[in-house]
Amino acid sequence: MYKYDQIDQKLVDERVNQYSDQLHRYLNKELSDEEFRPLRLQNGLYIQRHAPMLRVAIPYGMLSSKQLRKLADIADKFDRGYGHFSTRQNIQFNWPKLENTPKILKELAEVEMHAIQTSGNCIRNITTDQFAGATPDEIIDPRYIAEIIRQWSTFHPEFALLPRKFKISVTGSAKDRALVQAHDIGLEFSKNTIGKMVIKVWVGGGLGRTPVIGSVIREELEWQHILTYCEAILRVYNLYGRRDNMYKARIKILVKALGIDEFRRLVEKEWAFIKDGPNTIDEKELNRVASFFTAPDYKKSKSINLDKFIDNKHFVKWLSRNTHSHKIKGYRSVTLSLKANHNAPGDATAKQMHAVAELADKYSFSELRVSHEQNLILADVEESQLYELWEQAKLYNLTTPNIGLLTDIICCPGGDFCSLANAKSIPIAESIQTLFDDMDYLHDIGDISLNISGCMNACGHHHVGHIGVLGVDKDGSEWYQVTLGGDQGNNASIGKVIGPSFSSEEMPIVVKKIIDVYVQQRHEGELFIDCVKRIGIEPFKSRVYGDEV
Amino acid sequence: MTTIKSQLIYDKTIIKDEWLTIELPKINVEVKKQAGKVVLFKLTGEEYPTEEQVNKAVFPSSGKILLHLKVLIKHQELLKNRIKNQDIGFWFATHEEIEDSLLLLGDINQFPLIAVNIEKFSDGRIFSRGKQLRIKYGFNKTLRAFGDVLRDQLFFLKRSGFNSYLIRKDRDAIDALKGLNDFSNPYQGALDTINPAWKRIKR
Repeated sequence: MYKYDQIDQKLVDERVNQYSDQLHRYLNKELSDEEFRPLRLQNGLYIQRHAPMLRVAIPYGMLSSKQLRKLADIADKFDRGYGHFSTRQNIQFNWPKLENTPKILKELAEVEMHAIQTSGNCIRNITTDQFAGATPDEIIDPRYIAEIIRQWSTFHPEFALLPRKFKISVTGSAKDRALVQAHDIGLEFSKNTIGKMVIKVWVGGGLGRTPVIGSVIREELEWQHILTYCEAILRVYNLYGRRDNMYKARIKILVKALGIDEFRRLVEKEWAFIKDGPNTIDEKELNRVASFFTAPDYKKSKSINLDKFIDNKHFVKWLSRNTHSHKIKGYRSVTLSLKANHNAPGDATAKQMHAVAELADKYSFSELRVSHEQNLILADVEESQLYELWEQAKLYNLTTPNIGLLTDIICCPGGDFCSLANAKSIPIAESIQTLFDDMDYLHDIGDISLNISGCMNACGHHHVGHIGVLGVDKDGSEWYQVTLGGDQGNNASIGKVIGPSFSSEEMPIVVKKIIDVYVQQRHEGELFIDCVKRIGIEPFKSRVYGDEV
Repeated sequence: MTTIKSQLIYDKTIIKDEWLTIELPKINVEVKKQAGKVVLFKLTGEEYPTEEQVNKAVFPSSGKILLHLKVLIKHQELLKNRIKNQDIGFWFATHEEIEDSLLLLGDINQFPLIAVNIEKFSDGRIFSRGKQLRIKYGFNKTLRAFGDVLRDQLFFLKRSGFNSYLIRKDRDAIDALKGLNDFSNPYQGALDTINPAWKRIKR
């Protein structure tokens, strides 16, 4: 993975000093609340319900075991012994003290980490595929591209105060696991017919209050131009994006208002002045950054016959759900589930983090990733060590064999922690997980994504969940609106609302009824989402609402 | 060294402001509200200033003056000699589209000073305005930011083509100077340091 040189380290150290000074001036009343706000946000610091919340960047989800240990120590020392992995591959601490935040940042800088641009109206953490570098369907490793974009976007002077936040996602696989169509800019790397690396550029996608699937602004951009082309897009957005109404300030609104053709025309006009300019990438720089992401020292390992475990039902289930095929024979990628019952989705205790760091050291070249589904990934595990790993991970409640199943719920922190939320989301996840605790049944239902957001900011990505749950506020009480048919990946789509919202008590039963309809109506081998797409939402609606509708 | 009592930073030092900024006459402007809230930002391309404001603008008949772009265009003929003497600069606000106006002015570099007014420090359009003036319109003289100009935005302004900063009245310009040095070696190429880090330094 990427290693800091003096330039990287100096920038992060200088940031700690800059932020400490800004906080000092704020506490000294030299900066007003309003003036301090964008400064603290661009350092990941929110003022939340109970305490400030600090969001720490995990660039494109990559962590070393050393870094994870540091996160665990910070959770112990400055928080309440746990952290929350977010849908943008970052980690959040919910209970730090304001005056401790410079100390936390200082400790993070020791392990090449920071909280730069994890919030605020700027370019946020670049996200990508959690199986990057290991998955067999990969065409281009997106991590070094993401690193190049990370460096370029860090303290970008022109885009420090955009109309609203800006998210970029990169994929290099046939199957998109990075949600590129739901980002402000989505970059899909591939090779063209003559084998040259090219980028399909999507713009104006996003979830939130107005969910939109992105539009293609360029079918085949040559890779050298990635930064200057993004710069042109951002300049048009920075100048023309709305700043008078924060709900209409995302780039998706601008692209919709202008139409993609007019938007493209403006971008091309700006681009003409910077194309081939100093920020154009060359082969040498590409190779330099790529050299940090070379394959680890894989052993010549044989695929092993896992038949001897056939009687161990739990292990077999885990193997089928929580491991992913690998480009190297004899290896698999393992997903450690942070979705055990009675565990807030994405939360990990310091103890669990230490354990995962240990597992990474032992079985996966001391590296791991965070997925946007809020689980932890050991990307390069030898098949012959899977059983051993499983047994050890089990001790820390990390082996729930539910990856991709109904209880692998994607969920924001919601009203328990977040001051933006209309409703709680964690208790909804828990009540659904409790009702569906029969693993055999869950495996029979198969692949389903269930996403919960506590408000229309959609941090739980509810629009693209096969089943989406959105917390809404009605006359001061918490209600939940349900959508069906959302999807991510290459066939991304936005879910449809099935009707009036429900109380929290009703929610598990509503999900049960939806699943019942699927079980009755499905063709053999048909997945939930395909069934919904085939029969439409009507049958679900009439079961859920009965005679009321 | 004696310190000059001034709010103006040029490059890296505090200097006296030789220029008189001619503001637009205040006339009753309708306060826009949206869902009960006063709109803080003007939309890009909004009609500004009004014709009435341009017509009513008055300015002294000598000395270095900074006029609003549209006022300058209106009096361009009259100001010919003063322009030649390098006594005229112009300003505009972050939300204004200036491309058409610039076409009426001729060579942009006959003006020793252009200033961009920022009403709210968090209005990042000012950075793109700077960049456009430098790379798209080729302006190579003094570029000033004035209005809600604060220490924590100076580093970005410097990198976006500005080299003159009129710090907000109630803030200390000497303190603001520190903001110009927040980072010693930024990653990306910009207008102060043209090349990105990987081209400047062996990495």
